[in-house]
Amino acid sequence: MSTVEPPPTIGYGPMKRKEDPRFVRGQGRYVDDLKLPGMLHGAALRSPVAHARIVSIDTTAAAAHPKVKAVITGADLEGLGLAWMPTMSADTQAVLATDKVRFQGQEVAFVVAEDRYSARDALELIEVEYEELPAVVNARTALDAGVPVIRDDQEGRSDNRIFDWEAGDAAEADRVFDAADVIVERDMIYPRCHPAPLETCGAVAQMDPVMGQLTLWTTTQAPHAHRTVYALVAGLPEHKIRIIAGDIGGGFGNKVPVYPGYVCAIVGSILTGKPVKWVEDRAENLMSTGFARDYVMRGQICAKDGKITGLRVHVIADHGAFNATAQPTKYPAGFFHIFSGSYDLEAAHCHVTGVYTNKAPGGVAYRCSFRVTEAAYLVERMVDALALELKTDPAELRLKNFIRPEQFPYPSKTGWVYDSGDYEKAMRLAMEIAGYDELRAEQAEKRARGELMGIGISFFTETVGAGPRKDMDILGLAMNDGADLRVHPTGKAVLGISAMSQGQGHETTYAQIVSEELGLPSADIEVVNGDTDRTPYGLGTYGSRGTPVSGAATALVARKVRERARLIAAGMLEAAPDDLEWERGRWFVKGDPEQSKTIQEIAMAAHGAGDLPEGVEGMLEDTCVYNPPNLTFPFGAYICVVDIDPGTAKVQVRRFIAVDDCGVRINPMIVDGQIHGGLAEGIGIALMELIAFDEQGNCLGGSFMDYLIPTSIEVPAWELGATVTPSPHHPIGAKGVGESPTVGSPPAIVNAIIDALHETHGVDRIDMPCTPSRVWEAMQGNATPPQ
Amino acid sequence: MQVTVTINGEERSAEVEPRTLLVHFIRDDLDLTGTHWGCDTSNCGACVVLVDGEPVKSCTMLAATAAGHEISTVEGMADGAELDPVQQGFIECHGLQCGFCTPGMMLAARALLNRNPDPSEVEIREAIAGQICRCTGYSNIIRAVRWAAAHEATTTTQGA
Repeated sequence: MSTVEPPPTIGYGPMKRKEDPRFVRGQGRYVDDLKLPGMLHGAALRSPVAHARIVSIDTTAAAAHPKVKAVITGADLEGLGLAWMPTMSADTQAVLATDKVRFQGQEVAFVVAEDRYSARDALELIEVEYEELPAVVNARTALDAGVPVIRDDQEGRSDNRIFDWEAGDAAEADRVFDAADVIVERDMIYPRCHPAPLETCGAVAQMDPVMGQLTLWTTTQAPHAHRTVYALVAGLPEHKIRIIAGDIGGGFGNKVPVYPGYVCAIVGSILTGKPVKWVEDRAENLMSTGFARDYVMRGQICAKDGKITGLRVHVIADHGAFNATAQPTKYPAGFFHIFSGSYDLEAAHCHVTGVYTNKAPGGVAYRCSFRVTEAAYLVERMVDALALELKTDPAELRLKNFIRPEQFPYPSKTGWVYDSGDYEKAMRLAMEIAGYDELRAEQAEKRARGELMGIGISFFTETVGAGPRKDMDILGLAMNDGADLRVHPTGKAVLGISAMSQGQGHETTYAQIVSEELGLPSADIEVVNGDTDRTPYGLGTYGSRGTPVSGAATALVARKVRERARLIAAGMLEAAPDDLEWERGRWFVKGDPEQSKTIQEIAMAAHGAGDLPEGVEGMLEDTCVYNPPNLTFPFGAYICVVDIDPGTAKVQVRRFIAVDDCGVRINPMIVDGQIHGGLAEGIGIALMELIAFDEQGNCLGGSFMDYLIPTSIEVPAWELGATVTPSPHHPIGAKGVGESPTVGSPPAIVNAIIDALHETHGVDRIDMPCTPSRVWEAMQGNATPPQ
Repeated sequence: MQVTVTINGEERSAEVEPRTLLVHFIRDDLDLTGTHWGCDTSNCGACVVLVDGEPVKSCTMLAATAAGHEISTVEGMADGAELDPVQQGFIECHGLQCGFCTPGMMLAARALLNRNPDPSEVEIREAIAGQICRCTGYSNIIRAVRWAAAHEATTTTQGA
């Protein structure tokens, strides 16, 4: 019995993944699987304290360990000019600490040894004397007078402020708020969490001193950007650096930054002349690599006659000890200014203050397009708070205030131009799948019996696919992506892309895009990603950039190849190119469809003997770089049903309904899979995941015993729906989807919890993660944000 | 010390330190890299293998403790070109994305089906509850195991 339709061979549809056969046989090619002749193993010594001056480091005993080949300290790196490296936000980050340690878990020394156990043994032999300093842990007080200056490495710095940034019109917002008849204010935090991909970060560095060639196998979502960073940091010639990402065991934003371990592995290989592998353990991953969120927000929403008119928010953004976010230069708070969401407001304004604290660096976009997640959470919590104040059904309030279909392209009050949308349609579909009225009736019955059931809604609009080069760059590099497509004589093709899969199935989806455009079977198209020697330049996969940017490049390069094929076919058919018409897979003479050449025939002719039309070169390939004219704006309506145990305050997500509109769907099976995974991560963030710190700056989330991730028990069977509103400016009308579920689900869950507890317990606010103890406290009237 | 195990039906032996974890023995000494290492604390289950047919987190067991036992890893699931129904189910139902948790998930599923050929959704959720998948949200893994149950050859003994 088969429950699955036969896969399509050409074009879009729920095709089985091309990468799966190797994964189900255990033949994935992850970085830790690599074993090179003579390979050595590296391990990092990390700071046990959050803030301290380094008095001395003694590596004598470690260096004397019989299996140790090199011990590297910050002082050694200073000699090479490598003690500091640029972050993706053009700050600097210590590779190995020289002057001070600035967060618990910071890299202090690096050992290279014959095997992974000996490398770790030798770490124990390194003596570091620290002079402890007070730690700055609370972002709310990081700017207070008398607080220690964390980044005293920066000349002239006298406080912990990184930036102040605002969007929207403050004066106009004041005017709208003054005219409103209701204003609701909420303090909320989006706590620090961590992408925690199941594969930690790592690298194998191999420096060939004779050829001056560096090969780095590494966990990176952005191979080309990393190559450029290494060229800038180490002064290595870029054409002598090859980055190979292989298979990546999940990324979710965690594998965008360059980490000190990668640089140390390179230095280790330079010093020893041998390949050096460094793979961090889970504690290192959670304690030192790119965290996400950590936004302290105060929101205000106002309405007049039941119509939402204004929204304003002030944010304190905790970026940790080094500003290592990876977002477009012009936008230090990422795309937080999408916080006006899906509503047609009169005014909106945000002010974001970024601060340093003695915590791990980051602020990466954990399955998120640069702070869109924080923005969606803010607005969807605020709309629910307003619904409570107005005693209005939250679905009705949203339906009344949505941007209407005829308003697109919609210029938002903070400078975006939303491309397309039909919000009411998606909302009504979600309500229909949920059985919204029946759920409200069930809730009332249960409430009468003393049972706690909540129904939560969120409706999100994202801005994804950065971005237009006039506005968006990282470290001065345009946020564009390349694609090159080569069709071989026998009609088999190779597509090189600058995007990098971390499990999204690029080898399948991108082959389907080419297949749709050229009519070649998907099986005949090989997709290469993650190898800088075999792929064109581009900024990689994060912020749901894949389909919006790299997918567009793929469609366009296929169209260029198709046009080249037209010229060749015209010669073969002895017709003028303009007299030919395309039907998927072949060019034919207008009005005479029998007179045609298939793409395979054209491929052979392109490379074969015999003359080609004047000016046509003998190949069937092309290259393209896509510079998006605008971002794309996926949206969705999510409804969550929770049950809360009145005795233990444990929240169980009983149902989760997700209607997503990501424009045209290339492979619906993969799209649904992306949504499933993101919803599970959203449940994790809303209920379980927290990187907390104590007052000394000790990380309290450094293992999977403390940083809790949903298992099969915590998540329900997902209920999905779809609407399709194509993006008008994207070549295939697609918008990007991988992050929508993580953006949209946390507010739905938190709104459901408040909905369950408001009438019976007076709860009108609670902060994530909604663990049983925190929900219990809220039920007692003591809701407090986590520190 | 010398450790000898029967792995995927083949006797393999290596000289290791007594403290060597089974996961590192399998990956580094026996070069079977389909078994992954994800957390160190026995929480994630990327390292699950079958020891005498039972799922075991191989980061929790010393190689020395496994000496003399029968170990099954993902590399032993297929019979040549013929995939185990569990492997086929994961492909059919999109039960994997990045592939990192997949070997452990499939082996836990194999052990479940060996003792319970027709598990319910709840039974499948319980059988994989000690393992983390960060990509799929679990629904398609559950569908994959049900697909395997429906397609199981009655004579199969793989992995047992």
